[in-house]
Amino acid sequence: MGNITLSNVSKAFGTTVIIPNIDLAIEDGEFVVFVGPSGCGKSTLLRLIAGLEDVSGGTISIDGRDVTNEAPARRKLAMVFQSYALYPHMTVAKNIAFPLKMAGESKEVIDKKVADAARVLNLSNYLERRPGQLSGGQRQRVAIGRAIVRQPTAFLFDEPLSNLDAALRGTMRLEISELHQQLKTTMIYVTHDQIEAMTMADKIVVLNAGNIEQVGSPMELYLKPANLFVAGFIGSPTMNLIKGEPAAKLGAATVGIRPEHLKLSTSEGEWKAKVNVAEHLGSDTILHVQSEIAGAMTVRADGGADIHHGNTVYLTPDPSRLHRFDKDGKAL
Amino acid sequence: MARAVSTRTKIGWTIAAWIVALLIFFPILYTIITSFKTEPEAISGFSLIPSGTLESYWEVQSRYNYFQPFMNSVIISVGSTVLALLVGIPAAWSMAFSPGRFTKDILMWMLSTKMMPAVAVLVPIYLLFRDWGLLDSRIGLTVMLMLINLPIVVWMLYTYFREIPGEILEAARMDGATLWGEIVYVLTPMAVPGIASTLLLNIILAWNESFWTIRLTTVNAAPLTAFITSFSSPQGLFWAKLSAASTLAIAPILIMGWFSQRQLVRGLTFGAVK
Ligand SMILES: Nc1ncnc2c1ncn2[C@@H]1O[C@H](COP(=O)(O)OP(=O)(O)O)[C@@H](O)[C@H]1O
Ligand SMILES: [Mg+2]
Repeated sequence: MGNITLSNVSKAFGTTVIIPNIDLAIEDGEFVVFVGPSGCGKSTLLRLIAGLEDVSGGTISIDGRDVTNEAPARRKLAMVFQSYALYPHMTVAKNIAFPLKMAGESKEVIDKKVADAARVLNLSNYLERRPGQLSGGQRQRVAIGRAIVRQPTAFLFDEPLSNLDAALRGTMRLEISELHQQLKTTMIYVTHDQIEAMTMADKIVVLNAGNIEQVGSPMELYLKPANLFVAGFIGSPTMNLIKGEPAAKLGAATVGIRPEHLKLSTSEGEWKAKVNVAEHLGSDTILHVQSEIAGAMTVRADGGADIHHGNTVYLTPDPSRLHRFDKDGKAL
Repeated sequence: MARAVSTRTKIGWTIAAWIVALLIFFPILYTIITSFKTEPEAISGFSLIPSGTLESYWEVQSRYNYFQPFMNSVIISVGSTVLALLVGIPAAWSMAFSPGRFTKDILMWMLSTKMMPAVAVLVPIYLLFRDWGLLDSRIGLTVMLMLINLPIVVWMLYTYFREIPGEILEAARMDGATLWGEIVYVLTPMAVPGIASTLLLNIILAWNESFWTIRLTTVNAAPLTAFITSFSSPQGLFWAKLSAASTLAIAPILIMGWFSQRQLVRGLTFGAVK
């Protein structure tokens, strides 16, 4: 089991309030992603759950048991750190075995579980090496191995892929998702990268300045962002946000339209615009345009679009895909 | 072209480094050379080639007892270093891992005691030693040297402990380690290299300390520093014997330093290179 419930949780360092007040329920087996810009308190929230920081107020319970004042070890959670935090003086095998050793397992059990974990994570040939002799991706896998051997109630990941190069990040993202399918254990994953959030999560928690802006499945956040912050944060390229007259016509302070929901034409349409930059990605073409009425916008067109710098285009928003926001940034 | 320049620069630096090293080492080298000269030779002028006599060593050895000051030096330098570590490790530990509001100030204050010339406290310390009956005692000197080197010990250890990433300790905590497990399996193995460097450097500092060791001892507790001084007596200049005594005094520490070079370099650069 791995239900985690936060009620009225707050955290301040001295007089600086980092997390004003958070309520959140995480179901057993869910893959939950905390996403938000750097410095918004994601790591702090994760560390509160881990028990590495004490809450300033509120309660945290795991499977109905109040663990607010319990030491990290007694919460039975495993954590993968951004820096991997491997033990530099121990071999890979010893690193993975460490939690089992601390739990007082017998040598046979430890050896078997370490061998199993190493096989799953493709580390069998590296068991006798030190962390310093491994590549970034291998270190990452050792950190994951150390987390899985103990069969914890839940896994906590703090930006585990941010030190890897782009290609490796893609592979590891898949591996972690597959691991979740296999283990079906609750996972809480922190990232500032909305693509990681969208691709991996069952449930995304969007944080901003220590507050939850919205909780929902990736598609819910994509289709129905609750406010301007979420609208601008989720989706790539980011949503076009238009103020002023075109918005007022639709009875809103701001309207949002995603780049993929603008109909493109070279002859007619609602907004006339000039192409500044055309990025031909092959699969699609991303156009950065300037419109007299609607301002700077991004458009996603098909890969074959024969449009270049300096061309004039016409854009028509899909009315059913328009997002309207009031003057406080809330969705209407 | 670029390659030629960089090679030339490299050679230039190498030569410069050798010159500096030789300049620094020369007094020690000349002391060793002089120790193999006869007394008349030693005062007759500059010469790098000794006659190779062991006369001075024989005399130093037969007329004076080398063994007692040697043992005193060992006891005092090792003893004071071990004591300093016993006090310094917990102090540096708490300052590195749970710093308080005044940690930085305390560190600066400790260092500031090293900025004062030792002679400024000679009289009060001497009187305290006299009243407590510690003059010419190994215990008194050991405690004194421990206190003298404590600021450096704490600073060095503090710098090393600060280098241990906090996340690794947190990882151990998440992995279910108790405080004891954390200390035994994670912290100590990571802290040992730093402690070893501190230990070595402080043994050397204590071994060569010659302000307090000479002033607070006469015979019984006199270490090798005092032993050397006894050869530069006003009755005459015995340079060859003085050099032989000096060589005998620095030999043990030189040998120890040679064998622990790697640790020492780490110690001297205060953990700046990894
Ligand atoms: N131990 C601490 N003491 C004081 N401030 C902290 C501490 N840890 C984090 N903070 C502050 O809390 C804010 C949130 O930090 P963090 O949770 O690490 O953000 P994120 O992981 O979202 O980038 C930052 O402004 C950071 O400076
Ligand atoms: Mg963070």
